[in-house]
Amino acid sequence: MEFTADIGLEVHVQLKTKSKMFTRAPYHYGAEPNTLTDPVVLALPGVLPVMNKEAVRKTVLLGLLCKCKIAERCKWDRKNYFYPDSPKNYQLSQYDQPICEGGEVEIEMLGASRNVMGEHRMVQLTRIHLEEDVGKLTHFANDSLVDYNRAGAPLCEIVTEPDMHNADEVFAFLTALRNNILAAGLSDCDMEKGQMRCDANISVRPKGQKELGVKVELKNMNTISGVRNAVAYEIKRQIHAVTSGEAIHQQTRRWDPSTQVTTKMRDKEESHDYRYFPEPDLMPVSIGKEQLKVLAKELPELPFDRQRRFMETLDLPYTLTSVLCPDKELADFFEEALEDTGGKVAPKAVANLIANDLLRELSGGEEEGRLPLSECKLAPAHIAELTLLVEDGVITKQIAQTIFTEMYATGKMPSTLVEEKGLQAHNDDGELESIVREVAADPKHEKAISQFKEGNTKAINSLIGPIMKATQGKADPRKIQEMLAKVLG
Amino acid sequence: MSDIIHQTAAQLSQALASKAVSAVEVAQAFIDRAEAVEARVKAFNSRDAEWTLAQAKASDERRAAGGAAGPLDGVPVALKDILAVKDQPLTCSSRMLENFVSPYDAHVTELLKAQGAVLWGRLNMDEFAMGSSTENSAFHTSSNPWNLDCVPGGSSGGSAACVAALEAPLSIGSDTGGSIRQPAAFCGVVGLKPTYGLVSRYGLAAFASSLDQIGPFARTVEDAALLLQAIAGHDRRDSTSYKTKLPDYRAALTEKEGPWTIGVPKECFAEGLDPEIKAAVEDAIAFYEKDGHTVKEVSLPMTEYAIPTYYILATAEASSNLARYDGIRYTHRSKNAKDAVDLYFKSRAEGFGPEVKRRIILGTYVLSSGYYDAYYLRAQKIRTLIREEFMQVFESVDTILTPTTPTPSFKRGEKADPLAMYLNDIYTINVNLAGLPGISVPCGFTSGKLPIGLQLIGKPFAEDELLAVAHRYEQAHEWKDAVAEL
Repeated sequence: MEFTADIGLEVHVQLKTKSKMFTRAPYHYGAEPNTLTDPVVLALPGVLPVMNKEAVRKTVLLGLLCKCKIAERCKWDRKNYFYPDSPKNYQLSQYDQPICEGGEVEIEMLGASRNVMGEHRMVQLTRIHLEEDVGKLTHFANDSLVDYNRAGAPLCEIVTEPDMHNADEVFAFLTALRNNILAAGLSDCDMEKGQMRCDANISVRPKGQKELGVKVELKNMNTISGVRNAVAYEIKRQIHAVTSGEAIHQQTRRWDPSTQVTTKMRDKEESHDYRYFPEPDLMPVSIGKEQLKVLAKELPELPFDRQRRFMETLDLPYTLTSVLCPDKELADFFEEALEDTGGKVAPKAVANLIANDLLRELSGGEEEGRLPLSECKLAPAHIAELTLLVEDGVITKQIAQTIFTEMYATGKMPSTLVEEKGLQAHNDDGELESIVREVAADPKHEKAISQFKEGNTKAINSLIGPIMKATQGKADPRKIQEMLAKVLG
Repeated sequence: MSDIIHQTAAQLSQALASKAVSAVEVAQAFIDRAEAVEARVKAFNSRDAEWTLAQAKASDERRAAGGAAGPLDGVPVALKDILAVKDQPLTCSSRMLENFVSPYDAHVTELLKAQGAVLWGRLNMDEFAMGSSTENSAFHTSSNPWNLDCVPGGSSGGSAACVAALEAPLSIGSDTGGSIRQPAAFCGVVGLKPTYGLVSRYGLAAFASSLDQIGPFARTVEDAALLLQAIAGHDRRDSTSYKTKLPDYRAALTEKEGPWTIGVPKECFAEGLDPEIKAAVEDAIAFYEKDGHTVKEVSLPMTEYAIPTYYILATAEASSNLARYDGIRYTHRSKNAKDAVDLYFKSRAEGFGPEVKRRIILGTYVLSSGYYDAYYLRAQKIRTLIREEFMQVFESVDTILTPTTPTPSFKRGEKADPLAMYLNDIYTINVNLAGLPGISVPCGFTSGKLPIGLQLIGKPFAEDELLAVAHRYEQAHEWKDAVAEL
């Protein structure tokens, strides 16, 4: 029997704001425990929440980015439950009037190969709402410690429909969502720092059956590839259970990245009664049409839209755009460099330097993880000048490689390096001719030359190396070919 | 200057300004008075004389340097033990916070400090402001200075009693369903509940967020105006705080002269109203008529639903607001807990008194799934109707007049049934539901020498006019000069 899996995600994204959601206490990662607090965070008697407008603004931007319907009026609700990580024992969230409803995120599935664009589709969203984060508990053998630094940090919760059907789609969704959020600068989405976390609801049903199967919730996964592995495992587990006649229970499970299996946390037989009610300490928020128009102007071009534009108007190949476009910084860098060339250089030449040479240097040979672009000494102008030097024949492509490494290390402009090191291309035809004649006169090339004269044009390739060496690599190989033909012809 | 404690705040303010008296002398006089009568009145939970005298000394130095910070500079103000004062206890008269010292100041506290008021003592109250007699205090019951066997009212019983006993010229209370006006009436002083949003609630331990409001106690309407002026105004830390330009409340007392149209709801003279209170209120009505104002019968039929509506909304909010008192961070922590969940149960079981528990349970119930629509949501709708009903009446009247309470103060332990106690707030509660300002001014005594209060209700943010209407009555009567013998 064939099965269909239905997967819905709840993604928590911590918004990039200076202060917490309902107080001016700051939030950043890695501070000493319980130092980023104030009376409001600690829920002392008498404190009141005050809404962080920047967090609401960023949530509306995210909603616009995902083509959600933005509520004209939204309010805050209290979600009541006792837990030591929650200082008030209620969490401020949004229940029946979220800021954003509906919406969709474009994803790209894997193509047939690296060079081929995969299928694109939309994943439907249910809603996006804003809430405050809770604190962090660390458990020991006999004690538990609580750190309220994170408590109150603004979190966007993005809830999807059960609209994904395999682990690769989930991976594609999370990647696309993350790239979109990064492009708009709404969050850093650093999963290691807990800035993006994901719960997945997974069920399986026999292919063709309309109603969804019994759902299992996977909690708190914190890497995108971890989510992919967990979802893949859970689908297999559920299909195996069903085919061997077991019932699936509605439950919450946890993914263990070290053993790569999911294990039961709790059965979810009784649903929690959160006793939601409207937060009386906060006024509802109105978001006007005019405000939306202003905010819409702040939206960046989405990565996939940019990729299509690069392919269509700049004639870049898919492979290059799929390297440049998911990373807004990199794509911006490329566009700026291209503009700096004043249209004299083919976009592909500029893109190649960035996608190949620059990224290679930034990754320092590592497979994953690389230096952020902001920490590198190169500006788009470096790339632009380098491509122009090649284009104008001032230097050869080979020399350009040498210069790239040097300018990456020093941050010096390529023209400076060319001058300092005398790397100009060998353009003196007379001198080149005398070198060619000298090499051709060498008796060890006699055989090759005679073969060439007999009509084997490739025979003289063995002469190019020594000529290059004699010119210190500054001669254009094409020119050497021409010169050889002339001298020997 | 002799006889400091009998002076009103306005008189003290003037005496301090003319340097007829020093702030230290004033503070010392009230400290001495408390020493003399506190054993009988028990208005305070704690008094920090040293701290108070230090503030008074600073006030004198300020004045000597020519820089009095405002009319209240050097005037003692005692605070209900529900407002945060940095480095002072904040107990809410609960075992839960018995050892809690606030690390921060409430907005009201900051304002008073900035204006040079000399903060003095933490006043007893019903635990977490839940009650009408101060008998729900976890520490001790306060007495009514007019009859030490009687209650001072609640929940701001300590705030009313300390002013009536001349232990402070001014005090601050909080009013969720009548907790300023009812004890003011019982103790024969002036108590004002301002419009919701006029005084910032930042630093007021919340009972029911949408109903709570901080307000002044004083012996005269003028003093209440003086203290209101000091504590009102916008605060960015309270999102429900109203942005408005404040009128000069004290000037309004004489500048606003009427004639006014005063509405008297016919529902106020229903069953259960003490005949002596009824007579006193009728005398007050007759006064206004004779004084040239128009008295008009109005109707507020939704009043019937005010008490159940209030007890649904207030307890719902309280059940959530009081969830933070859990044994985890700064509250009472049970020593007998086996695990984390048990810690919650035991800490809360040991820390909260019976009335607080009763209301938390009720509030939890009305919010629980399946009951929300039947109780909470319906109560919200009725609340809207109550507010609309008031606003409609205010289209044809300036002020509404009612008794403050249906009965005068009662003996401690007399009302054992909590439901009977809830009825004490029948005239005050709908004012909170509607978010309106209300004031209680003394309007006579029963044959048993217990004070009677007259309640005046104003339009939103029309405290200036409300105070003027109350002042008019007060000035024409001698009730303000009566002092409890202690």
